[in-house]
Amino acid sequence: MNEFGFPILSAIVFLPLLGAVVLALFFRVKDDGTMKGWALAVMLVDFVLSLALLLKWQPTADMQFVENVPWVAGLGISYLLAVDGISLFLVLLATLLMPLALLGGWRAIDKNVKGFLFFMLVLQTGVLGVFTALDLVLFYVFWEAMLIPAYFLIGMWGGARRHYAAMKFFLYTMAGSALMLIGILYLAVSGYQAGTGFTFNLLNLRALPLGYWEQIGLFAAFGLAFAVKAPLFPFHSWLPDAYGESPMPVTVILAGVLSKMGIYGFLRICLPLFPEALPVFAPIIAVLAILGIVYGSLVALGQKNAKMLVAYSSVAHISLIVLGVFVLDMQSAQGVLIQVVNHGLNIAILFLLLGMIYERYGTLEMAELSGLWKVVPALGVFLLLAMLASVGLPGLNGFVGEFLILVGVFQINQTYAVFAALAIVLGAWYMFNLYRQIMQGPTTEEVDRKTVLASVRDLSTREVLALIPIVLLIFFIGIYPNWMFARTQFSAETLVSESQQIPVTMMEQPVASEEPGS
Amino acid sequence: MEIVIPDVNWIALAPQIIVIATALLVLLLGVLSGPGRKSYLPYLSLLGVILAGLIAFYYWDGHETVSPGMVAVDAFSAYLNLAFLLAAGLSILLSVDYVQRTDLGEGEYYGLLLLSVVGMMFLAGASNLLIVFLGVEILSIPLYVLAGFNHKDPQSGESALKYFLLGAFASGFLLYGIALLYGGTGTTSLPEIAQYLATASQVSSYVWIGMGLVLVGLGFKVALVPFHMWTPDVYQGAPTPVTAFMSVGAKAAGFAALLRILPGALFVQMTGWSWVLAVLAILTMLLGNVAAIAQRNLKRMLAYSSIAHAGYITIGLVAGSVAGIEAILFYLVAYIFMNIGAFAVVAAVSRDRGPGEGESLQDFAGLGKTQPWLAGAMAVFMFSLAGLPPLAGFLGKLYVFAAAVENGWWWLAAIGVACSVISAYFYLRVVLYMYMREPVGDAVRLAVCPPVAIVLVITVLLTVLIGVLPGTLVWLTQAALVGWGM
Repeated sequence: MNEFGFPILSAIVFLPLLGAVVLALFFRVKDDGTMKGWALAVMLVDFVLSLALLLKWQPTADMQFVENVPWVAGLGISYLLAVDGISLFLVLLATLLMPLALLGGWRAIDKNVKGFLFFMLVLQTGVLGVFTALDLVLFYVFWEAMLIPAYFLIGMWGGARRHYAAMKFFLYTMAGSALMLIGILYLAVSGYQAGTGFTFNLLNLRALPLGYWEQIGLFAAFGLAFAVKAPLFPFHSWLPDAYGESPMPVTVILAGVLSKMGIYGFLRICLPLFPEALPVFAPIIAVLAILGIVYGSLVALGQKNAKMLVAYSSVAHISLIVLGVFVLDMQSAQGVLIQVVNHGLNIAILFLLLGMIYERYGTLEMAELSGLWKVVPALGVFLLLAMLASVGLPGLNGFVGEFLILVGVFQINQTYAVFAALAIVLGAWYMFNLYRQIMQGPTTEEVDRKTVLASVRDLSTREVLALIPIVLLIFFIGIYPNWMFARTQFSAETLVSESQQIPVTMMEQPVASEEPGS
Repeated sequence: MEIVIPDVNWIALAPQIIVIATALLVLLLGVLSGPGRKSYLPYLSLLGVILAGLIAFYYWDGHETVSPGMVAVDAFSAYLNLAFLLAAGLSILLSVDYVQRTDLGEGEYYGLLLLSVVGMMFLAGASNLLIVFLGVEILSIPLYVLAGFNHKDPQSGESALKYFLLGAFASGFLLYGIALLYGGTGTTSLPEIAQYLATASQVSSYVWIGMGLVLVGLGFKVALVPFHMWTPDVYQGAPTPVTAFMSVGAKAAGFAALLRILPGALFVQMTGWSWVLAVLAILTMLLGNVAAIAQRNLKRMLAYSSIAHAGYITIGLVAGSVAGIEAILFYLVAYIFMNIGAFAVVAAVSRDRGPGEGESLQDFAGLGKTQPWLAGAMAVFMFSLAGLPPLAGFLGKLYVFAAAVENGWWWLAAIGVACSVISAYFYLRVVLYMYMREPVGDAVRLAVCPPVAIVLVITVLLTVLIGVLPGTLVWLTQAALVGWGM
């Protein structure tokens, strides 16, 4: 049932890989500019392809653009790709942020550019595969395979402690997902024993009747993998090293796209398949999420390095989204679906801007930067906007998602909501602090010296081009979020009904008409 | 006195006969050819291997026994014969350059290698415990000699002696176990043992003890803990192409024998033995992976990794079902490609160095810069051995773990996966050295010689292919077990 007559999802997922192979085989090592141009072109074409998904989007259908062929027939594994309201915007986010990361960080990488671009493209395929795969083994393949390019990207082009950070990231994530493989096998075997054939097809497995203790065990197995990926406190300790040591374009993708995979996993697998385990795990995870919010925010407050500050703020904001996932009603469901996109956009633009500062001044230590507003006012404006979006100023995108999540959480558990609101309060504190330290006040001698030495200029056209799409989306989603809600509504309703195990028709009416800013 | 000549179906034994004939021919020609004019010998052996492979493939659908119930020629043995011949072919190619450069006896080398393959082929088709013993001996004795083939390297001689002494002990255990099994069941024929155990009201304890001893003997061959002590030293000391061959061939043959005996003949006792095997598997995986972390020499590291992989394969045995056996067959073939590939890279890197040199992590430092294709191939093998998708090693582990979960052994599979994660560390460390460290010394390296390059191309291609499109191999393993009564 392919609306386009050709497998568009496969094209979107595998185009970057194809581009990577062509890059590896046909480009000489010395033409840095040409290679970057090629990679950018491939990523842009991929983005345009993914826009086509929007064109033919059906608001009231479940899985769309389905592609289903048997892959390993003897083991019941199929090649199954599809997109629904949960994954649609994640796919778009991935295809949008990749070229922007490359464009914004055009000059960030100068050694072994070919290898860098190769791994970025392979990473893109891996990420897109995770968001579209609906066969559990295929999902696992993409999930784990994605670790390989990420390992190389952090380990070969990163900072001083890159080897340690890359190894830690790899082993930590692989350890977290190890049990997921057993969970996947267990599900397939259960399906087989229940008489529905040996299959890894998630859509079929959704209907599988599982015992209470089975659901608890499976939730734990899958949940651990997603908790490490998200990351959820206390499984987050790989993040500061990975984000801190990776080169900026990679950080943009790690924070903007890869961090969504954990939340996606919860939404795609844990909630629909193991609803009976939710009453047990939801309180635990909610508490961990709140701890993550408070911990992330407080640690961010104490950071002296701007990149680490934003990294910890990412932990805090992701934890807020996770809270929304597990304290689920219609408001928080819609809030989650929109906030995953918002968080991706906001964190990406923050890291992009920090990268631009780093290229000019060679440091992101807040003590060494001061009064940059005088030197790079355009960058200052963009940073102000990014900061306000991240903090959740009404009228910008961050507000919509965070507000909805808080409203949803408040309706279910007021204590949680009060603590969760700390994310906003503390967020404002450290963000304004960051801005004040870097941008405002007088320039120091160091800054003046470096400005002259490096002949620092304000934002170039290329950099502005990299930032503008995100800025436009920040405003657009902030002012007219209903455009997104209309497309995610059906999936949000399904999520809530699956997790609360009530039929959709019996739920309270959805939120699109009553929330602010529409 | 009447001498009864057994009625042997020679045609069914054609693959083995061809390999024996090639071996003898190579030995003979090796003596007759003058020094420096023996370079055709490996290709002659390769020809024999390919011929035998074609015939083995032709006999896929056979279901005969040769001579009264001694050697079975069925799809199972055909599959494994093809696997052994594949391993042999790749090893021969790998050895060409080594044997030439170290100026060892070509005729003897290839002759012994081929004779070892014959032993493996008998093990795959064993229908009688005596053939099992025969097969183990025929397979092992040439390997003892091959391990010590480089008489200029004292480590090689040491490894041969260790292998021989410990191997002789293990063979003794094996034979005693066979004797006890005979005592307990009254026959050495595997189908008859199966029948006896299925119908006997009371099974003598000799059967249990006998099987235990057989397990010790065969466990030595496949390097299960605690019968693994020989593996690191022997793998490190033996010439690299011999190690490559041993690590996949002997292992596959050992498991073939275990499959013929345990789920084959003793299938009624499978639940009891599953627990024993589960314990052995856990010990093997843990020790293999943990010990490998401490290794700096690549051959030693691969030796411990080989031990660990024997543990993963044993999980398939624990599952005790047809799916488990299929999984083992799949894993063995995938393992042939990735392991021989890894040793091929080690052989290429240590090519111009003295014996025992060029095999450490330091020698791999910066390989990504100095020899990018070689490093890329090694990276593929390392990721595959660690079990990362989308490579062959992942599919192998998936298959084995699926079989285990299917039979209720999900906790064992969980331990297996955890051990895989541990293993990722030392596999990744090789990748780290290759790509993220600077080359040491003046990296003037010899180019990779053509036969090794062919081996690398084949193994890399197939490691990736089996990982991405495993359907054909899966289908082959399922076809191999048609008619396996369980």
